[in-house]
Amino acid sequence: MTQVSISVKAVTRKYGTHPALDAISFDVKKGELFGFIGPDGAGKTTLFRILTTLLLPDEGEATVEGLDVVKDYKKIRRIIGYMPGKFSLYMDLTVEENLKFYATIFGTTIEENYHLIKAIYSQIEPFRKRKAGQLSGGMKQKLALSCALIHKPVLLFLDEPTTGVDAVSRMEFWDMLKRLKEGGITILVSTPYMDEASLCDRVALIQDGKILQLSTPQQVVDHFPYELYNVSSGDIYNLLADLRNYPGMMSCYAFGQAAHISFIKETFRETHLRDFLKEKEHNQLTIEPINPNIEDCFMELMNR
Amino acid sequence: MVEKEDIIIVKDLVKKYGSFYANDHLSFEVKKGEIFGFLGANGAGKTTAIRILCGLSYPTSGILKVAGFDVYTQRDEIKKNIGYMSQKFSLYDDLTVFENIRFYAGIYGLSKKEIEIRSNRLMEKLILGEARDKLIRDIPQGWKQKLAFSVAIIHDPKIVFLDEPTGGVDPITRRQFWDLIYQAARDGITVFVTTHYMDEAEYCDRVTIMVEGRIAALDTPEALKKRYNSANMNEVFLHLARTKVLS
Repeated sequence: MTQVSISVKAVTRKYGTHPALDAISFDVKKGELFGFIGPDGAGKTTLFRILTTLLLPDEGEATVEGLDVVKDYKKIRRIIGYMPGKFSLYMDLTVEENLKFYATIFGTTIEENYHLIKAIYSQIEPFRKRKAGQLSGGMKQKLALSCALIHKPVLLFLDEPTTGVDAVSRMEFWDMLKRLKEGGITILVSTPYMDEASLCDRVALIQDGKILQLSTPQQVVDHFPYELYNVSSGDIYNLLADLRNYPGMMSCYAFGQAAHISFIKETFRETHLRDFLKEKEHNQLTIEPINPNIEDCFMELMNR
Repeated sequence: MVEKEDIIIVKDLVKKYGSFYANDHLSFEVKKGEIFGFLGANGAGKTTAIRILCGLSYPTSGILKVAGFDVYTQRDEIKKNIGYMSQKFSLYDDLTVFENIRFYAGIYGLSKKEIEIRSNRLMEKLILGEARDKLIRDIPQGWKQKLAFSVAIIHDPKIVFLDEPTGGVDPITRRQFWDLIYQAARDGITVFVTTHYMDEAEYCDRVTIMVEGRIAALDTPEALKKRYNSANMNEVFLHLARTKVLS
């Protein structure tokens, strides 16, 4: 039997009459890297705040490592690490002071658990006397992660750790998560960047307080119900407009300088589309079948 | 093709904080009606440069003209001729849709009659009619984004600066937002935009990639992909930003 780390059953949380979370249920297995993927306002932070015992659910039940998020909140707080979306650091303390502060409130020391954070913290250690407020975005992120790990949590909650972070720092951050996971820790991470889904063991795609789909990233892609084609011409603006008028198309969205257009399986005829687009004076046409990515799938689910 | 006029001219822009060069001799021009992407890692100096171009901060040295006006001596003129929108701050949550429009239009100096006409036109265009008297905090995220952009160009500015306008937005809204950007560009408004989404970099006419206060590359997305032998802009960006980090 797989051991369950987090269990959520029909959790609802409303702000006024608006349900931020609408009867959500899911399980996270021990040692899993589980991603919550969705835009702002989807309910990601509300969920994280309930699971970290900072907010009460209106309805439903949730347990973390077998502990109830309402009754056992004190015990849960001792065993989890939490990195909120807004940085959790004290900007007027130095790098080292921040880390020492978090170690102390959990009754431990930097020395005792240094081995846990060494790979990450050693990268910012040369700046340990610098104030946190003077660090770059990527360095703040590494410090915040070190602070969330210093008390040896069994479970890590990372709420949008890569939002507003550039592509290079994002990649480095996911490399760090992969290495942490190998150490056996369970990680729940949220992100609005769809391309990060493929880096998780399993993902929940979430929108308007509801889970649209929950599976492995590969299954998300496998469940895409249409055939997808990548079409480009010299003129993306008019190409999109023309493709959207093409009979039989199910959806059509811009992806960089190309368009992704979908059709019901086995209804697509390339020569027909070519003739249609040539008539509208599109030159340098390329049309090729492609596999959908998570963003294609997310948009398809949003349209259901 | 007739060469379009330069609406932004930057020559040798330097901005120092103490001994640190936030902008280290930047030079570039932006053409009228162009969608100009301004990319770079966190701390590369993007926001510093945008603040200077918007007349919110003085450069240490360099020659800069925005919409034909000098950034040292004609900052009020610049502010009248530009629009600005960022993800972090744009609309007032506790004002209604119409109150926000009226507020911004008023700030930009439009007359009462003009405000009435333009706000009605805007509501029609965004199909926001029924939301006119709703508080911003009660309307969906996607509407907010589009409204914030429309408000930023309600005074028909020559240039609009968009600082990470689509961060955290769902993928469909993100694309609808770019439709609005294209429309504005076709109406002759120059668009100066920053983003962390690399697919959006490909929607730009030309892209600048900043690395540590300098321009590491400036060209069309097509040319950049060719030059760095990359399939997409994400690879181009990683190539430039990472080479620098490792060196």
